[in-house]
Amino acid sequence: MAVSTTHAPITYATRVDKVGPRYQITRALRIIVVLLYAVISLIPVFWMVTAAFKSRPDVVAIPPKVFFTPTIEGFISLLTKRVLLPPAMVEEYKQRDDLNFAERIMAERGQRITGPSQYGQRLVNSVIIASASTVLSVLLGVLAAYAFSRFNVPGKGDLLFFILSTRMLPPVVVTIPIFLMYQQLRLYDTHLGLILLYTVFNLSFAVWLLKGFIDEIPREYEEAALVDGYSRLQAFRKVVLPQAITGIAATFVFCLIFAWNEYAFALMLTSERARTAPPSIPTVLGTGGIEWSAIAAGTLGFLIPVIIVTFALRDYLLRGVTFGALRK
Amino acid sequence: MADIELKQVEKRFGEHYAVRPLDLFIKNGEFVALLGPSGCGKTTTLRMIAGLETVSGGRIILNGQDVTWLKPSQRDVAMVFQFFALYPHLTAWENIAFPLQAEGESRENIKRRVKEVAELLRIEPLLKSRPGALSSGDQQRVALARALVRRPSCFLMDEPLGALDADFRETMRSEIKRLHILQNATTVYVTHDQIEAMAMADRIVVMSQGVVQQVGTPAEVYHTPSNLFVAQFIGSPGMNLVKGTWADNVVALPGGNRYAPPDGWPAALHRGLSGSGVIVGFRPEAVQIHPNGQLAAGVYSVDLHGSYTMLVLEMGDDHSIHARVSRDAHFTVGETIRFDLNPSMVRFFDPKTERAIAHSA
Repeated sequence: MAVSTTHAPITYATRVDKVGPRYQITRALRIIVVLLYAVISLIPVFWMVTAAFKSRPDVVAIPPKVFFTPTIEGFISLLTKRVLLPPAMVEEYKQRDDLNFAERIMAERGQRITGPSQYGQRLVNSVIIASASTVLSVLLGVLAAYAFSRFNVPGKGDLLFFILSTRMLPPVVVTIPIFLMYQQLRLYDTHLGLILLYTVFNLSFAVWLLKGFIDEIPREYEEAALVDGYSRLQAFRKVVLPQAITGIAATFVFCLIFAWNEYAFALMLTSERARTAPPSIPTVLGTGGIEWSAIAAGTLGFLIPVIIVTFALRDYLLRGVTFGALRK
Repeated sequence: MADIELKQVEKRFGEHYAVRPLDLFIKNGEFVALLGPSGCGKTTTLRMIAGLETVSGGRIILNGQDVTWLKPSQRDVAMVFQFFALYPHLTAWENIAFPLQAEGESRENIKRRVKEVAELLRIEPLLKSRPGALSSGDQQRVALARALVRRPSCFLMDEPLGALDADFRETMRSEIKRLHILQNATTVYVTHDQIEAMAMADRIVVMSQGVVQQVGTPAEVYHTPSNLFVAQFIGSPGMNLVKGTWADNVVALPGGNRYAPPDGWPAALHRGLSGSGVIVGFRPEAVQIHPNGQLAAGVYSVDLHGSYTMLVLEMGDDHSIHARVSRDAHFTVGETIRFDLNPSMVRFFDPKTERAIAHSA
């Protein structure tokens, strides 16, 4: 409490047991183990990224090729619909001079592009559904968590348990009833349907996680704001929210990742209009066989938005996942 | 600036009383300390005045207006919290400006008033820092500035020095006192530290277990405690309290001592005592060492304090007495000394009711 803060804080270890040779060796060992683990975890990602840029023969080559000539064939087949040209027409088709860059590449494979695929639309659906449900669950979650944290809600313990209990059975168990309900309610294959479903699934998680963060914020801050002339809601907005921002960011990312990755319900409850990316990517079947490079390209495109969000919020996340360790 | 009046204010949690019905009138400009051990209801009382805690009964009147059921923001009070409650996401300047923004003050006015109060508290160089980068003393100054900047009708302080280092406490104590004199604002100050209350307050409200034990000036609660709790709680060490029996105008004390009460007291004791038991109370500084003193006790320990010496004496078996004597005097442990009590500083208590016996003037 009384530490003079005119000096820079000491951030390096001065303990003897943290500079001695034994510590150095164990630290090196730990780093090696962590690096090995990271490499093992990253191999599938590496395979996916390289596969996205491989040509069709390269992607199924045995042994797998680490060095290859990159091509964007995979991306083109992901984003387009094509027909296979009869062998006789291929040469003639290649001679046409109104072909664009993508058409030329596909012509090499004897295919003619007939139009765009639905991948773009599916990705847009994913973005709409995941972001809307995440915003909703964090918004409702933070309000509920604040109420549970600060007020004497009647039946608080039971309510909190009830909220948690919605997570206790595997969601797949309820797919059939929900499928039937959604058909009756005309929520089948709508954005709203999936948004509502993901919000409900994420809400219990959001409430519990955020309640932990809000419990950590001393009440005195709000009380000071109340005495200083603010209403409860203003105090919540100006004092509690800014301090809960790490928790909100952490919750946001977790909810987003769930909604973004969800597969089973998206497969069951959507068909054309509202289908999201996860159930559609594995179905990128080309003409004559599985288009591995197109699937890899689709997965890569699918990863990018989450990576961007996680990186944008990484400062908050780092503080968020260590919450409780700092008493400030 | 305002008067604060509490009329039969009480706080119950179920069957349990946090504060028993309490009447208190705080005059405009007065500095009143609510003093008591933790859990005595002093903070609850303060929070009820602030409006952060609802009353279970009674009324709170602020400046002639009944505010019992008003929200904290409608009461025009400012509060300083024990752990400062500075908003960590705002700079010192923004913290101080925060209550003014609630009032919808113009930008110019906010700037001017923050500057004024920062000058008053000598914190201008710190205004751009965040609370986390400030020392606890500076944090406390910013918290005081945030309370002062609004010019509220009264200040409520909840152990504002409790989180500070001992050596820093004294500096801040005199600073708060100086601010009070400069502003002459009605102040209610909660503390468990009797030295703080004695040093700062115009009046002290001593509380214990939700009950007001005594309301009086620091000198009153120190010299004329109304009961045994106040006698023990005020002063360090507290008042010496020696059990005895009252018979034939003499108090028989442990160790075969016999003490004749000073003039005026025998009549008061006859009237006031409910039985033959009596407790004699006197402050350590009331002990006057004298070779022909009425009382005798063995020296148990001698503590040098520099400016004075504190003796611990043993009267009979395990009845220890503190005696404050001159630093020049020398005693050896185990010797028996004789002493008198300063007649104007002796008090008597009834052991059954635990209340002080009133002296017949």
